[in-house]
Amino acid sequence: MTTREWLEDRLGLAAIREVAGHKTVPVHSATHWYYFGGITLFLFGVQMMTGILLLFYYRPTVAEGFESVKFIMTRVEFGWLIRSIHSWSANLMIFMAFVHMFSVVFTHAYRPPRELTWASGIALLALLLVFGFSGYLLPWNQIAYFATKVGTDVAASTPLIGPTLGRLLRGGEDVGAATLTRFFALHVMVLPLATVGLVFLHVLLVQKNGMSTPPKLDPKTVRSMPFFPNFFLRELMVWYGALAVLGALAAIFPWELGEKADPFSSAPVGIRPEWYFLAEFYTLKLIPGHVGPIEGELLGLLGFALLGAGWALLPVWGVTKSGQARTRLTTGAGIFLIVYLAVFSVLGYYK
Amino acid sequence: MRRLTLLFALVTASVWAQAPAKPQASTTQAAHAPDDTCTQCHSAMEGAIQQPALLIKDDVHTTAGLSCANCHGGDATAVEPDVSMSKAKGFIGKPKRADIPALCGKCHSDPGYMRRYRPQQRVDQLELYKTSIHGKKLASGDMNAATCVDCHSVHNIRAVKDANSPTHPLNIPATCGKCHSDAAKMKQYGIPTNQVDEYHTSVHWNAISKKGDLSAPNCVSCHGNHGAKPPDVESVSAVCGSCHVLFAQLYEKSVHQPIFGGGNGKGGCTVCHSNHAIHQPSTAMLTGDKAVCTPCHEAGTPGGNAAAEFAKGLNGLDAALKTSEATLKQAEYYGMEVSASQLEWNDGHESLIKARLALHSFDTAKVKKEVDIGLAIAARTKAAAEDALREKDQRRKGLALSALFIAITVAAIALVIRRLERTA
Repeated sequence: MTTREWLEDRLGLAAIREVAGHKTVPVHSATHWYYFGGITLFLFGVQMMTGILLLFYYRPTVAEGFESVKFIMTRVEFGWLIRSIHSWSANLMIFMAFVHMFSVVFTHAYRPPRELTWASGIALLALLLVFGFSGYLLPWNQIAYFATKVGTDVAASTPLIGPTLGRLLRGGEDVGAATLTRFFALHVMVLPLATVGLVFLHVLLVQKNGMSTPPKLDPKTVRSMPFFPNFFLRELMVWYGALAVLGALAAIFPWELGEKADPFSSAPVGIRPEWYFLAEFYTLKLIPGHVGPIEGELLGLLGFALLGAGWALLPVWGVTKSGQARTRLTTGAGIFLIVYLAVFSVLGYYK
Repeated sequence: MRRLTLLFALVTASVWAQAPAKPQASTTQAAHAPDDTCTQCHSAMEGAIQQPALLIKDDVHTTAGLSCANCHGGDATAVEPDVSMSKAKGFIGKPKRADIPALCGKCHSDPGYMRRYRPQQRVDQLELYKTSIHGKKLASGDMNAATCVDCHSVHNIRAVKDANSPTHPLNIPATCGKCHSDAAKMKQYGIPTNQVDEYHTSVHWNAISKKGDLSAPNCVSCHGNHGAKPPDVESVSAVCGSCHVLFAQLYEKSVHQPIFGGGNGKGGCTVCHSNHAIHQPSTAMLTGDKAVCTPCHEAGTPGGNAAAEFAKGLNGLDAALKTSEATLKQAEYYGMEVSASQLEWNDGHESLIKARLALHSFDTAKVKKEVDIGLAIAARTKAAAEDALREKDQRRKGLALSALFIAITVAAIALVIRRLERTA
């Protein structure tokens, strides 16, 4: 018995090959948008790999957190590369997830029967944002410390659950040692487990329902190519490209470490969160202290919560009773959201 | 109005100097502008006699609840001038210049009294003043000598910390200069009048006026305030040493101390650094045209050689540290992590400061020791920065190689896809 036959008997590879052999990808003018989900998945893989390598040296304590990252950057062989790639890849992954989400909106791939695929995708994006927020604090530097202080303060002002949520996140009344260990546990255990599970569900749903084609095309007449190996090899080319970009960014613009956090110092001038929270940050800044009887920050948070819930329910309001996409409405909403995020992020960065 | 003015002038001219009773601030008295008959009448007058009533509103004594009568005597509640300014009420009018220190000292020398207003304020001003050149001159009948009011002003006396006070550190040079820059006034004493101009070119004035360091020395820091006098030549190093402690300690043990200090009257620290025009020291003071060593130590003599060695060591270390700093900055610019070396560089800069300090021992071995430590640090940090720059180049070479590898792989995959799709 050959090794192949031995494996065949135990794993039933023929059935898997059979399924994979029948899987096809539609070929049309918007096919290139299909690659962005794969790029996001690839970058998540990079995060897992580099994250594990960083874990060999990182120490999640106030006394050693900053020094251990510095040690990784200066003493560990290729530590600078691993840490820089981890930071750059995190940002690129969130950017690609946004691109993937908007490509789904503009190709109207959220329509039935893909409502759960959309919902699981939105949940994944939310997880990635929490990944970013929790990972930002881990180097325990000045900017991260004060940005986390602002971020947890915002969370603590959530209606009803705010104070409890604030204490739960910080492990106390203020950002400190307990916050660092909580964020660490969240970042390296809770979030990866949840994300891997959701990614599995998301990909499974994609397999189950197949690739969506834009509404204007008839799926029966659209050309297609086999997923294996044709589409997969193309995806592989894109992943290699992403790897080259990551390497270039890490080598030319190593991710800076800054200064160790000093809770007793005053907040650095121009403190602002990571770019993916800038639009929300600037919006909260613009809202007056009180709007009528409601506190401004509370109103902003309520607005974001409603916006998020509304966006997650896109397959409900973006589709007619007969299951057709309301293309003008959803495209308009998508463009509005992109313009809002872009303009407010730029304003939040410069003002 | 004219009648009132005339009456006041007559009363003032007729009163004899009589010390008023020690002032007691009324607890019911307003804590700001006094509202008594003195200010009521004088505010309504014109010219110089009106001024005190206008100025008194900003006076620190008014803020404390005191009034005109507390210094001038009289009854500030009486409306009739012949009552309010009567000798019987202790009115003394304008105090004689010679009596001013004693008048101020009546309260300011009384610890029990001053404790009620400023518990931590010193009460030895009058005693110190009596020991000062100003006090001695005044006692000998020289009415040109400065009294309390010449420095603190009169009727609008402000706290020293008040930026408008003539005794605020920023204003002291101008206050002293009022007399000491006046050539006509100083002629009879035979002292120069360029002190304030020279001081304005000094590092000390630069620290006060440009850097806002109010603790930097002004006139009174070296000459004293109430006990003002020029430091004796033998005590100059002690005066400078009260701030520059380590410099003074080394100088006191140096070969120069017996020559320039002690009873020889040659000027101590001021021999090299001047007195009022103290400029930023540099190695130009050691060799070259502006050298302060050369008047005594010609080039080629042991002293001249030592000066040249000091200059060479200090300049060499300064240059090495600057090169190292620039290289570190370049590495940092390229995003390389060199913070540990930057921290070590600070130790090198400290060695330069220590070497400059050691110079005041005039011992070449002591200076060389610090210079060598600094040079070693400069060399180490520069090497670390160069390593970081080399690593930056290596990273870019690695990037180019990996990009080439990726490009070849992508091209190969593209070929495979092409072949696959052709076959299909």
